Amino acid sequence: MSEHNSIGIVKAQTAHFDTPLNLKSGGTLPQFHLVYETYGTLNADKSNAVIICHALSGNHHVAGRYAETDKNAGWWDNLIGPNKPLDTNKFFVIGLNNLGGCHGSSGPSSINPETNQPFGASFPIVTVEDWVNSQVRLLEHLGISTLAAVVGGSLGGMQALQWTIAYPDLVRHALVIASAPNLTAQNIAFNEVARQAIMTDPEFYAGDYYAHNTVPRRGLRIARMLGHITYLSDDAMGEKFGRKLKDTIKYGFDVEFEMESYLRYQGDKFAGEFDANTYLRMTRALDYYDPALEFDNDLSAALKVAKAQFLVVSFTSDWRFSPARSREIVKALLDNERTVSYAEVTAAHGHDAFLMPDAHYHAILRTYLQKIEV
Amino acid sequence: MTKTMDNNVNFTNSEIKYRQDFAIIAGWVRFGSKVLDLGCGDGSLLQFLHSSLEARAYGVEKDDANWLACLQNGTNVIQMDLEAGLSGFEDQSFDTVILSQTLQAMHNTEAIVQEMLRVGREVIVTFPNFGYWRNRLQITAGSMPVSKTLPYQWYDTPNVHLCTINDFDKFCKNHKIEVMERKVITDAQEISFMPNFLGNLAMYRLKAA
Repeated sequence: MSEHNSIGIVKAQTAHFDTPLNLKSGGTLPQFHLVYETYGTLNADKSNAVIICHALSGNHHVAGRYAETDKNAGWWDNLIGPNKPLDTNKFFVIGLNNLGGCHGSSGPSSINPETNQPFGASFPIVTVEDWVNSQVRLLEHLGISTLAAVVGGSLGGMQALQWTIAYPDLVRHALVIASAPNLTAQNIAFNEVARQAIMTDPEFYAGDYYAHNTVPRRGLRIARMLGHITYLSDDAMGEKFGRKLKDTIKYGFDVEFEMESYLRYQGDKFAGEFDANTYLRMTRALDYYDPALEFDNDLSAALKVAKAQFLVVSFTSDWRFSPARSREIVKALLDNERTVSYAEVTAAHGHDAFLMPDAHYHAILRTYLQKIEV
Repeated sequence: MTKTMDNNVNFTNSEIKYRQDFAIIAGWVRFGSKVLDLGCGDGSLLQFLHSSLEARAYGVEKDDANWLACLQNGTNVIQMDLEAGLSGFEDQSFDTVILSQTLQAMHNTEAIVQEMLRVGREVIVTFPNFGYWRNRLQITAGSMPVSKTLPYQWYDTPNVHLCTINDFDKFCKNHKIEVMERKVITDAQEISFMPNFLGNLAMYRLKAA
C-alpha cells in the first residue's frame, strides 16, 4: 500500500455457529454467522486481542481497504493501523458486524436456512447483551480467551460497558467513548421518529419487503437525515453549511441550501446500502440497553462486578451522548473504586467527533493503549 | 496557578525529586487510604503518595496537557472543572481530598472548600502565604509581589483569591472548619516563629468541625 500507516488490503471472513444463542427477548437463534475482519497478529500467549464494537450503522470493515482502488477505507481507519493510536504492530484487532446487521452477519436480510427466504420481520430483536454474548462466541472461534481491550463509541461504547459487566474476567481494559449508560427520553424519541419514517413507508410491507422486491427507501432516507442532524452540533453545521445556497433562492422546494443538499446526499447514499430492518433493530438495541434497570436504577450496583480498567471519553459538543452521561459512568466506577480515567475532549463536531482524527483525542487513545501490557 | 510553575520540574517514577510539601502531605495521609487530588497537575503528588503509601489515588485536572501527563504517568485522572463543584463524587467517599497550591486560583473558593469537606473525611489545603515578608516588602516598595511561588505579573496572574495565614485561620473559624494541623514552610524549612511573616507556603490539615 502506498498510503502511510495503513493496514493495507484486508479481507472479511465468516464464522458459523451451530450452538443456539439464547436471546434476551426470550427467543433463540438456532444457528448464526458473524462476518469479521482482523488486523495485526495474535501473539503467542494470545494477550493482545482488541475487539472493536460498532455503532448504529457500522460494520466489520473497521480499517484498511479491500482493494487498492477502494475509494474509502474502513470506518475507523484513522485510528487503527501500524503506528496509529491503536497500533496493529502491537495489537490483534477484531472488527465484526453485529447480529441483526446487514453487512454479512445473520440479520433480517440474510437467508433463513429453515425457509430459504430472507428472515425479514421474523428475525428476532437483538440487544446489546445478545451482541456481547455472540462476540464471546467469535472469540472462542478465534481461540482467544481474554481481551486486552474492548473499544467502542456510542452504541459501541454500550457494548464495551456490557462486556465488563457480563464477562468481567475476560476483558482487561474498556474504552467507552461518546457513550451513555442508557438512552435519554430525547434519544428514544429520535429513534422512534426514525422508525416511524421506515415503518410508514408503503414499501415496508411489515418488514417483509424483500418478498416484494422492494425496499422502504424513502423511510430509511428520512431516518438517516434525522440521524445526521443529531450527530452534528449546531455550531459544526453552521460552520460547515451555514445558510449557504447552491445557487440562488428559487421560491420552491427543491434543494436550495447546501444543508439540504448534504442531508439528501447522505440519506440517498444510506438508503442505497443499508437495510431498513437492521436500522429498526439497531435503534431498538439502543433504546433497550439499561444495565442499571435490574439494580433498581443504581448504575453503581450494576457495575460492581466489573473488573476492567476504564478509559471514558466524551466530547463537549456532543448533545446526543453528552458529557454528563459519560460522567454517570465515571461516577459509578468511582463509587466502586475502579481504575478509571475520564477525558472531556473539547470538540466542535458533536457526536460525530468520536470518529474524527482530532490530535488531542487521538493522543489520549494512543497514550492509554500504549500503556496496556500485552 | 503556581502549580503549573512547580510542574516545570519533571518527576518520573524512578527519580522523584524531594519536595518538602509533598513529604508533609504524605505525613498527613494514612497508608493505603483513598486520596483525591484536585487540580493534580501532572499527577506527581499522587504518584508520590501511591509509591510511598500505596494510596488509592485519583486526580482531577482540567488542563488537556496536564491531563495527558497524568495518563502517561499512570495516574487515574478525571477531567473536570473544579469551579463546577464535585458533583460526581459521593459524600465522604475519600479519606483525604487535597487542594495543593490551587486555592488562590479558584473563583468559587468557599464552595470548593465546602465540597472538599463533603467528599473527604479529611482535607488538605496548601497555598502561598501572601503575608510572607518578601511579599510585604514588594508591596511596601510599591509593586505587586512577583516571586518563585507567585511567578505572575498582576495582569496575567490566574491567582484571584490570594490570602494570608491569618485570613485563612479566620476563614476556617467562620466556616466551622477544624484545623487539625498546620505547617508553614519557607524553602523546605518549617517555620514556627511568626509564620504569617516568615512563612512562604501554608499547609492545612482540616476536617468538618
